[in-house]
Amino acid sequence: MPKLTIDGIEVEVPAGATVLQAAEAAGIEIPRFCYHDRLSIAGNCRMCLVEIEKTPPKPISSCTYPAAEGMIVHTDTPMVRNGRRGVMEFLLINHPLDCPICDQGGECDLQDQAMGYGMDHSRYAENKRAVPDKNLGPLVKTSMNRCIHCTRCIRFISEVAGVPDLGATSRGEHMEVGTYVEKALSSELSANIIDLCPVGALTSKPYAFSARSWELSKTDSIDVLDAVGANIRVDTRGPEVLRILPRLNEDVNEEWLGDKSRFAIDGLKRKRLDKPWLRRDGKLQPATWQQAFDAIAAKLHGMAGEKIGAIAGDLCDAESMLALKDLMTALGSPNIDCRQDGAKLTNARRDYYTFNTQIAGIEEADAILIIGSNPRREAPVLNARIRKAWSQSGAKIGLIGAETDLTYPLSHLGTGPSAFADGEGFLKSGKRPMVIVGQGALTRADGAAVLAAAWGIAARAGALTAEWHGFNVLHTAAARVGALDLGFVPGPNGKSVEAMLDLDVLWLLGADEFDTKKIAAGTFVIYQGHHGDAGAARADVILPGAAYTEKSGTYVNTEGRVQRGFMATHPPGESREDWKIIRALSARIGHTLPYDSIEALRARLEQVNPVFANISFLPRFGCTDTTGPRGGATEDVAFAPRIKHYHRTDPISRASPTMAACVAALEPAPAMAAE
Amino acid sequence: MLADQDRIFTNLYGLHDPMLKGARARGDWDNTKAILERGRDDIVNEVKASGLRGRGGAGFPTGLKWSFMPKTSDRPCYLVVNADESEPGTCKDRDIIRHDPHKLVEGCLVAGFAMGACAAYIYIRGEFCNEGRVLQAAIDEAYDAGLIGKNACGSGYDFEVIPHRGAGAYICGEETALIESLEGKKGMPRLKPPFPAGVGLYGCPSTVNNVESIAVAPAIMRRGAAWFSALGRQNNTGPKVFCISGHVNKPCNVEEELGIPMRELIDKYAGGVRGGWDNLLAVIPGGASVPVLPKSVCDEVLMDFDSLRNVRSGLGTAAVIVMDKSTDVIKAIARLSKFYMHESCGQCTPCREGTGWLWRVMTRMVEGRAEPSEIDTLEQVTKQIEGHTICALGDAAAWPVQGLIRHFRPMMEERIAAYKARSIPRLAAE
Repeated sequence: MPKLTIDGIEVEVPAGATVLQAAEAAGIEIPRFCYHDRLSIAGNCRMCLVEIEKTPPKPISSCTYPAAEGMIVHTDTPMVRNGRRGVMEFLLINHPLDCPICDQGGECDLQDQAMGYGMDHSRYAENKRAVPDKNLGPLVKTSMNRCIHCTRCIRFISEVAGVPDLGATSRGEHMEVGTYVEKALSSELSANIIDLCPVGALTSKPYAFSARSWELSKTDSIDVLDAVGANIRVDTRGPEVLRILPRLNEDVNEEWLGDKSRFAIDGLKRKRLDKPWLRRDGKLQPATWQQAFDAIAAKLHGMAGEKIGAIAGDLCDAESMLALKDLMTALGSPNIDCRQDGAKLTNARRDYYTFNTQIAGIEEADAILIIGSNPRREAPVLNARIRKAWSQSGAKIGLIGAETDLTYPLSHLGTGPSAFADGEGFLKSGKRPMVIVGQGALTRADGAAVLAAAWGIAARAGALTAEWHGFNVLHTAAARVGALDLGFVPGPNGKSVEAMLDLDVLWLLGADEFDTKKIAAGTFVIYQGHHGDAGAARADVILPGAAYTEKSGTYVNTEGRVQRGFMATHPPGESREDWKIIRALSARIGHTLPYDSIEALRARLEQVNPVFANISFLPRFGCTDTTGPRGGATEDVAFAPRIKHYHRTDPISRASPTMAACVAALEPAPAMAAE
Repeated sequence: MLADQDRIFTNLYGLHDPMLKGARARGDWDNTKAILERGRDDIVNEVKASGLRGRGGAGFPTGLKWSFMPKTSDRPCYLVVNADESEPGTCKDRDIIRHDPHKLVEGCLVAGFAMGACAAYIYIRGEFCNEGRVLQAAIDEAYDAGLIGKNACGSGYDFEVIPHRGAGAYICGEETALIESLEGKKGMPRLKPPFPAGVGLYGCPSTVNNVESIAVAPAIMRRGAAWFSALGRQNNTGPKVFCISGHVNKPCNVEEELGIPMRELIDKYAGGVRGGWDNLLAVIPGGASVPVLPKSVCDEVLMDFDSLRNVRSGLGTAAVIVMDKSTDVIKAIARLSKFYMHESCGQCTPCREGTGWLWRVMTRMVEGRAEPSEIDTLEQVTKQIEGHTICALGDAAAWPVQGLIRHFRPMMEERIAAYKARSIPRLAAE
C-alpha cells in the first residue's frame, strides 16, 4: 500500500495502482483520452502528463506510471500545463472544426478538455488530414477525420467484446482505425465503442443528426430485452425515445450494454397498439375502451373460474403481473402461467431458478460449466463477465450444448445430457466452480430432470457451500424471475401454458413467444400489450398497454435482483399503463382490486414476496441446503439453442428497422437455389 | 590513433574469409569455453570494468545493462540482438554481419551466458538480404561445430541462436518495438516501466543490445578490460566503428578509438572533405537523429559520447554525415523530417501529429515560403514533441530541426527574405 503525495494531498493506494488512479483517489482530475478504467493501459494520448519529483525533468504520463512509496507528484505546474497544451494542440491540428454538426457535441471529451488546454487560435496553417470513413455495420457511424487514435475502441473490441474485428492499419499520421477488410462488427456489444470514443469519430448511426445531447430528458430505467436487467438511461425528446445509454452498475452491467438493448428502441415507434381493438365479424376493428371492457365483461359474466386462463409475457413488469394474478384469483381461476416457452421451472425454492453466484460473482469463479445456453446471444453483457473471468483470473470454461464461439476458449464437453459426467469431472478441477443452466436445457420435456441433474453436478463438484452458491439459471426473459417470485404459476389444479390453450377465455399479458396457432378456435383471447405481434393477431379484444419506457415498473433480473425503472414517456395514443388497465377492468366486472395507486400496489408486492422490498440491493449468499429439485430421467438429445437470432427476440426488436438491418448485415440470407 | 593490433574487427573490409575457418584464423571461437568457465558474474564485471557503452546510439553502459537481468528466474531469459540497423548514414552492423558474422555469434554466446539467457534472437533488418544469408550460414556453421546449441563449446551450457528477419520499419529498431515485432505484433514501442529486463520478449526477462556491443564482448574477455579501457577517453572507452558518408572523397567504415578529433577522422580515413576542409558546411556526427554541427564546431570537436553531448549533439551510432558548401542544409533537414514522419509508428499523439507538422513547415522553409516568426513556432513544436512521447523517435525527429535552427537560423531568415523579395515585386506589378 504505497503512500504518496499529490499536489500536497497524501493518499494511500493499493499496490500496483498508477499515479492517475492515485490522483483520482485524492480527488484530483487528470485529463485523459486513451485511459479507461476497464481497458488495458495504452499510454498513447499523452494528455495525462504530470510532474514527479526525483525523476528526469520531463513530464510523465500518469496513466502508465506506477505509484510508489513517498512519491511526490505535481499535476498543475507550468511544465505540466505546457505539456498538456502541446498535446492538445497536436490533437487539434488534424481534428476537423465540425463541432456544430457533430453528434458528439456537448458530450465530447475533446471539446471539454480543449476548454482547459486549447489555444484560442491555430498555429497550424497546413491542410488537415482526410481519412476515409469506414462502414462498421448498421449501428456504428464513423467519421474518421475526427479520430484521435486513442485506440479505446480497438481495445474494447478485442479485450471486452472478444472479437478480433478492429485494429489499426498503417503507421504514423496515416494510421487508421478500421476492420482491415470492410465488414460489420460481429460483436453483440459493439455499440459500446460509441460511448467509449472520446470524440465524434464513432457515433450512433440510428441516432445520427436527430438531437443535441442537451435537448434530451434523461430517465433512469431498466433494460428488459434480456434477463440481465442492465441499468439504462432513456433519453427522450417530447414523446419520442431517441436513444438508450447504459448506466453504471458494477454488480450488473458495469458500464456496458448489448446492441439490441441499445438500438431496438426504434421498434417502440412501429407496430404499436395505440387504441383498443375488438374482433367483429372475424375482423379486428378499432374500438373504445368502453366497448372493449363491455365485450370482456359480457364474456366473463357468469363464467366459471377454471375456464379462464392467463399467460404473462417476457417483458412484463411485476406490478401488472401481480394485478393480473390478483384478478384471476378474484375470478376463481388457478390457470396462470409465466413460462410461455415451457421452461420446467417451479417457484418451490428461489435458488432453483435464479443466478445465485450473481453476475459480479462470476469474476471469482475458476471453473464454469455452461449447460444448454449460449450466453453470448442470451445475455451478452453477462458473457462479457465470463470472458473477464477467463482473461483476468484464468477461469476455465466448459460447455455442454451446441458448439459455438463464445469469445473465449472453452472445452466443449458434449452436446446433451450424456456429457454430464464429463461436466462434473471438469467442474471438480476448480476451487470455486459454478454451473450455468440455460433455457435451451430447461424448455425441453425433460427440463426438470436436466435442472435436477445440473444441481446434482453442482452439489457433487463442491459448488454448493455455505460461502459459495455455484448453481445458476440463466434466463432469457426479463419478467420471468419476477413472475416466479410472485407465484405466477398454476395454482392447485391449475393448468400450465400448453394445457391452457383450449380454455374459454385466455388473457395474454404481452405473451407473444409461444405458438398462438395452437390456441383453440373457440377460445376468446384478450391480448394486453404494446405491439401488434403474434398475440395481438390472434386476439378477440386488444387492450393497448405500455412498453417498458412508458411506465414505472419493477423488474427482477436473472440474479433475483429487484430493480425499478421510471417512466420516460407517456404511452402513445389511448394506451395506458398495464396495471391501471387491469385495475379499471376489475372494477367494471365487479371484482375491484384493492389498490388505487402504484404505491399501494407495490406495498401488495412486498406483502406477496418480501424480496420486493430490497430494491437494487442483493446480498451475496451461499447454499445451506443442498437438497436438489425433483427431477427424473434425462433424455439424451442435444440441447438446442434457445435464441436463434440475437436481434429478433421480442415484439420490440422484431418491430425495429435497426435490428432488421443488423440481421441483414450479420446473418446473410441463404443463397437462392438458382445461384 | 588505433594501432592495428588493437583492432577488433579485423575483417571489416571483407578482405578475408568471413566464415568459420577465416574467423578462427582471426582468433574468434578461440577457447570460448574458458571465457564461459570464468562464470556469469566475472563476465559482467569485466564488461563493466571495460567501460563499454552501448553502440546502438544511446550509449548506455553495456555491463550495467546486463547486470539488470535477474540472477535466478523461473522463466527463460533471452538476449535480443538489434540488427535492425536503419539509422540514416549508419552501415556498421551491416559490414560486421557481412564480413565478420562469427564475432556476433560468439558474442551472443558470451553475452547470453553472462545474463543467463537460454537463447539469442537476432532481429535483422529485412533489407539486409545477403547479410541475413551470411548470418544464417555462420549460425549453421557454429551449430555444426558444436559452438552453440546443446553443450555450447563443450561448456555444458545450452544456447540457441535464432535469426529473425524484420520487414523494414525504422521503429522496429527501438528495443521494445523490436520485441513486439519479434512476437509477431505490429512494431509499436511498449510503455516503460516495466523494462525488458523484467518483462521483455514473450513476457520474459530480456536484454536488447546492438550488434556492435555484442560483437566486441569476446574481445574484451580475451584481452581484458584494462586493454579496452586504455583506448579512447575516460568514460568513452574502446574502439568504435565510424561510418563516414556524404561529401568526402572516400566514404568508408573505419574502426577508430573514441575521442578521435572529427577533422582527423575525416581527413585521415575518408580522404578529406570534398574540396578541402574549408569547403565544409556542416556535419551530422551520429546518424540522422542527432543535431547537425556547423564547421566552426567541427574544427575542434572530439568524436565521443560526452564531447558531442557538450556541443549539444550526440555520438549516436557514429554515422558521420558530411555536408560541404554545395549542400542546401535546410533541404537536407527537411528530408530527415520527412523520414521521421514516414517512420513514426503513430501510437502516441505528439510524434504522430508533430512529425507531419514539422515536415510540412520544413518543406515551406526550403523555399522560404514562410514568415520569420514561424521559425520560432517550428522550434516550439519540436519542444512540444521532445520528451513527451513513449519512445525516443519523437526526440529523434525534433533534434535535427532544433540543430538546424540553432546553427543556421540566419540562413533560414535569408531564405524567407529572399522569397519575399521575389514575390512582392511581382505582386506590385500585378
